[in-house]
Amino acid sequence: MKLTSLKVVASSALALALATGGAQADQEADLIINGDTEITVRTAAPAHLENLSEILSGWTFRTDETQALQMDDFDNPGMIFVDQGLDVWNTVEGSADKSCASCHDGPESLKGLRAELPKWNEDAGKVYTMEMYINDCRTERMGAEAYGWSDKNMVNLTALISVQSRGMPVNVAIDGPAQSTWEQGKEMYYTRYGQLELSCANCHEDNYDNYIRADHLSQGQINGFPTYRLKNAKLNSTHDRFKGCVRDTRAETFKPGSDEFVALELYVASRGNGLSVEAPAVRN
Amino acid sequence: MKPTLIGVTCLMLGAGAAVAETAPQAVEYDEYGAVAASLSGAAGDPVEGRVVVSTKSMGNCVSCHAISEMSDVPFHGEVGPVLDGVADRWNEAELRGIVANAKMTYDGTIMPSFYKDTGYVRPGDAYTGKAAKVAPLPPLLTAQQVEDVVAYLMTLKEE
Ligand code: HEC
Ligand code: HEC
Ligand code: HEC
Repeated sequence: MKLTSLKVVASSALALALATGGAQADQEADLIINGDTEITVRTAAPAHLENLSEILSGWTFRTDETQALQMDDFDNPGMIFVDQGLDVWNTVEGSADKSCASCHDGPESLKGLRAELPKWNEDAGKVYTMEMYINDCRTERMGAEAYGWSDKNMVNLTALISVQSRGMPVNVAIDGPAQSTWEQGKEMYYTRYGQLELSCANCHEDNYDNYIRADHLSQGQINGFPTYRLKNAKLNSTHDRFKGCVRDTRAETFKPGSDEFVALELYVASRGNGLSVEAPAVRN
Repeated sequence: MKPTLIGVTCLMLGAGAAVAETAPQAVEYDEYGAVAASLSGAAGDPVEGRVVVSTKSMGNCVSCHAISEMSDVPFHGEVGPVLDGVADRWNEAELRGIVANAKMTYDGTIMPSFYKDTGYVRPGDAYTGKAAKVAPLPPLLTAQQVEDVVAYLMTLKEE
């Protein structure tokens, strides 16, 4: 890995050059996947976001090497899991003897869905994430057991469905019946959790583009989820990422799939309104 | 909950011989956030302090602050100011106040409070993600570690 420094101030140039170990990211680069799918990685912040003028995909903060992995599906290690998701999609399971494909045909029938999730589900009377829709189909329509939120099959299915919307702008509704859930998520975003008393905003709004130890802080956007992480070599759900970030403040976390994390997901998703769906993104 | 009682017990068990130690909730900050007296009652050791500042499981200060003198330690952060020459900017009492509870000096700062044991939202059991098992929590640094860190910071002079 090359040793380079970012944001070097003249007087401390030497210190930072020695200190900052992360390889440099090309923050001005544009992302075009497979030479044809243009991804919006930076755009004007949505109106509800008072404290930021521009929103940026986590991709812009990653190293050249990590960025490159996402530019071609042959290099993107997350695509293997999309293929595995397709196997799950076609597998008959449960007492109704059905697969997802029995009712939905190909996954492309769900194109566009990822861009608007989470969203208000009128029948259920609450905000739904993709995992909740999938589990409803499994338990109510297939006679199969619900997946755990972080089960490999669940995460791979969400990747398969998400990739159908790749390149489409995130467009999550924050008003109407979803508003109170959105407000709850917003309050969480600014709450300073744990013994370190750090809110999501402390790191991802006040300090994005700064290094915290070896990590180059991004805006903590979720347009790329589920993301493939080089660190654990698998796809990671949004809620697992939230859990890790809350844990790192020396706090008691919330559970993946909890009402709290669903609310936080809605709010964080809305902070990315205008970025493209990028899943499965590649991160470190 | 009986925070004071439990706090006293912890200190008595934990701190052993340190008679003159000040408990986190008993620390007196002046109106600018400075703390005049040693928290442990003893002098700090700058060599130990350097270890606390650079070690992830201790002060982990370098995750937010760069220090040129510490170029042997990889990955300094840039969330807080570079600490070079910090002893020219602040005296010992002020530095003690900043390390013990920086929020008394800088209202609302992102810098964690290292010698504080209550008042947290969903406090956890260290980095496990599980709920804290005790209340008040052991502070992030012991009284002596704070003194050691202050003694180290006092060596960071440029003038
Ligand atoms: C027995 C038929 C059936 C099966 C099997 C089935 N679904 Fe569904 N699914 C539906 C119906 C009906 C809806 C509701 C559609 C609507 O309201 O527009 C739905 C809705 C959904 C939605 C929400 C779509 C939206 O636009 O809101 C998702 C996501 C979904 N299913 C995924 C799956 C997955 C993944 C599987 C396999 C694990 C699966 N479904 C299996 C019938 C089925
Ligand atoms: C102590 C600082 C810190 C806090 C507080 C924090 N995070 Fe993070 N977060 C990180 C770091 C470091 C990373 C990895 C680098 C990056 O993408 O910023 C990260 C990554 C993320 C990512 C992945 C972004 C991507 O593009 O893959 C998301 C999403 C995220 N955080 C959300 C949150 C949320 C929501 C909260 C509040 C519950 C939060 N974070 C609190 C430090 C923090
Ligand atoms: C999460 C990041 C973070 C951590 C960890 C952190 N600090 Fe800070 N620190 C800051 C910030 C930010 C400031 C600037 C105050 C402000 O404006 O909020 C600061 C200010 C300071 C100052 C005053 C600096 C000056 O130049 O005037 C000192 C001294 C200091 N910190 C020491 C420490 C020590 C010692 C530790 C470890 C025990 C530590 N910090 C850990 C973020 C941090």
